[in-house]
Amino acid sequence: MYGGGNTFEGIKTDSIAQEDPVKLAEFEARIERGEKIEPTDWMPALYRKQLIRMIEQHAHSEIIGALPEGTWITRAPGFKRKISLMAKVQDEVGHGQLLYSAAETLGKTREQMIDDLISGKSKYSNIFNYPAFTWADSCFISWLVDAGAIVNQLANAKGSYGPYCRALDRICAEESFHLKYGHHCVIYLATGTQKQREMFQEAINRWWKPMMHFFGPSDKISAHTEVLMRWKVKMSSNDDMRNQFLDMYVPKIWELGFTIPDENLKKNPDTGRWDYTEPDWEEFKRVINGDGPCNKERLEVRRIAEERGKWVRQALKKAQTKYTVPLA
Amino acid sequence: MNEPALKELLYKIADDQLILGHRNSEWTGFGPLLEEDIAFSSMAQDKVGQSHALYQMLETLGEKDPDTVAFMRNADQFHNCIMVELPNGEYDFSLIRHFLYDTAEAIRFEMLSESSYQPLADISKKIRAELRYHTLHANTWVKQLGSATEESISRLQRSLEQVMPYALGMFEESPYEKELIGDKIFGGEQALKERWMKKVEAIIAQTQLQLPDWKTIQPVMGGRAGKHSEYLQPLLDEMSEVFKIDPTAEW
Repeated sequence: MYGGGNTFEGIKTDSIAQEDPVKLAEFEARIERGEKIEPTDWMPALYRKQLIRMIEQHAHSEIIGALPEGTWITRAPGFKRKISLMAKVQDEVGHGQLLYSAAETLGKTREQMIDDLISGKSKYSNIFNYPAFTWADSCFISWLVDAGAIVNQLANAKGSYGPYCRALDRICAEESFHLKYGHHCVIYLATGTQKQREMFQEAINRWWKPMMHFFGPSDKISAHTEVLMRWKVKMSSNDDMRNQFLDMYVPKIWELGFTIPDENLKKNPDTGRWDYTEPDWEEFKRVINGDGPCNKERLEVRRIAEERGKWVRQALKKAQTKYTVPLA
Repeated sequence: MNEPALKELLYKIADDQLILGHRNSEWTGFGPLLEEDIAFSSMAQDKVGQSHALYQMLETLGEKDPDTVAFMRNADQFHNCIMVELPNGEYDFSLIRHFLYDTAEAIRFEMLSESSYQPLADISKKIRAELRYHTLHANTWVKQLGSATEESISRLQRSLEQVMPYALGMFEESPYEKELIGDKIFGGEQALKERWMKKVEAIIAQTQLQLPDWKTIQPVMGGRAGKHSEYLQPLLDEMSEVFKIDPTAEW
């Protein structure tokens, strides 16, 4: 799972002027022709830096995202749900593993990335800073947050960096099962008892705001990222992804007889796009910078897990073992 | 076929698998490295899946459906050994428990694959194939960490001493032991224990760990008869929290 859009700040393009113009032109021509860039190929420093940043944030989002859902594994009602949810959350951790490896091909080790996660230097998807209070919340995440992630990841899978694209192809295939699992859970709540319906309605009411934040700030206030679009690092605008998500899922939510807590939400027949109440981007910034309901708890869990597991990792190290960049 | 004896056997094995599967799943998100998160999650899925298959077998023998059996009983109705219900603790504790438990289960299902009760023999062959990876995992890690650093060796040693009395509780005999052996349903706890001790000794001998003298260990029994530690009921309460909101609802 991963919410895109929020990863890019204003890009300082000064460093591009210092690149070898011939190599840069060839690099851009390759991307223009739709070729993939591989780890040992020449690439501008800014391209490398931005990709590490993006893939690393994606990896962090997978392992932090395993926490709000993971707490429901031990409570999942019945064998079918229990086993499915275990497999689903396991997939997410596996995605983290795959993505850390993809980022490592660019020269940053997993250990450095996890250190930066714990110190707060690097970010993860904002939505996981909200708590999953009920079983229905975990169903909302499995269905709709994963749906949002797929919109984002399908776009990124068409990007220019080979290892990331290949990781995303595998991830998207697994995510499509998560979506089916989540939808199945929600259908059972929707067609179940009154209590079950209420539980899911309340989950929508709680999660709609973070869901709208999920794709990142509106294009009007987003940083300029033209060079990243040209290099096929960023593949779609935040508003386009948000609109695509609304197009696909709002009708499905309404069809199940649930309401969405935004009275302005409707498809505009003139533009063909969705109108909605502008999300509170100040809150988004506040939460992503550390002041959300669960930021401290999420990072604390990660920090404790790292601390408690340190002796295991040390016991795996042998002096003669040489670090090798993973194949991707 | 001695049905009460068979049911008692199936219940204790299924309950072991369910409760340890549940404990293994608690490592999700907390492992010492991502690869271990994933490994414990895989084993959790196998074990919970295996318990489900055994509860389904019990259903064909007239017991209630698997969800009701797993999610609606109280602690005193569970027949798992106490070892599997203990909290995960640190990784060394979970690893040693996993090693001692899966070494026994691999032998148990090997024995059961020759059971005179054909459905049990059939499913045991399938479960054995899955357990091969569990023992491979346990043995690899015990050998690695049991010979690596001073800290890893002393941690594993401490856990080995701590878990061993509970591990012997796995072999608490059934009131139907004679019938099970006589009817060739299961070769019996004593035979299983002897094979298990040899296997454990063989692996530990490849590490710098010291096995405690078997004769000095006082086994912790009671689990098979429904007498549990204080840790089982809270685990069951958590497991059934959503299910019990409305047990008649479909989730």
